[in-house]
Amino acid sequence: MTERKNRLAIIASKGTLDMAYPPLILATTAVAMEMEAGIFFTFYGLNIIRKDRKNKLFVAPIGNPAMPMPMPNILGMLPGMTSMGTMIMKGMMKKANAPSINELLEICRESGVRMIGCQMTMDAFGLKKEALIDGIEVGGAATFLAYAAEASVSLFI
Amino acid sequence: MTEVKEDLTLDTKGLSCPMPILKLKKAIDGLSGQVLKMLASDPGSVADVKAWAEKTGHTLLSSSQDGAIYVFFLKKS
Repeated sequence: MTERKNRLAIIASKGTLDMAYPPLILATTAVAMEMEAGIFFTFYGLNIIRKDRKNKLFVAPIGNPAMPMPMPNILGMLPGMTSMGTMIMKGMMKKANAPSINELLEICRESGVRMIGCQMTMDAFGLKKEALIDGIEVGGAATFLAYAAEASVSLFI
Repeated sequence: MTEVKEDLTLDTKGLSCPMPILKLKKAIDGLSGQVLKMLASDPGSVADVKAWAEKTGHTLLSSSQDGAIYVFFLKKS
């Protein structure tokens, strides 16, 4: 009997720098653990795989009391505060020797993580497949569910 | 522990999650011998290497600490 691989199915729905990490870290690690992994990028999660946005993911101090330097919203709304918060987080990640989003995307592609862009949100955002990085397939809810139905771990991030 | 001689040493010092595990998988796959020695500075690797070995079926022969460096010996299955 051939043993089926365990499978990890993730929905990536957020497009901020902090929320881009967990799907990519988990998917790459799953493959390293000899599991299959797939990520369905929907709504703002599409930013993670947009050629023009993947290097420009931000984390905003406004309305975010969990920031390392908590900041009153009245200051968080000032111009430049989002860039500053993003810079601080990128600095922290670098100091911790964490890989960049780009590196993780590259590993996803190399290691065969299945990456699906949500057709409906792409249409709603006016995004063509060409706007996304290479190696992305496009599909809808049924595509994800058919994949996730056979998964032992499913996460919505 | 009986002395084991590694066929390859993988140095992941300075890397943090998830890179040590990703490198470990690559190293084991490419290992021509039996035993891999792995060095890490990420304290999380102690739990992660153990979990990885349990999941993949490779054997964690030993896990030890040498100052701030974690040393693992793994046997390819």
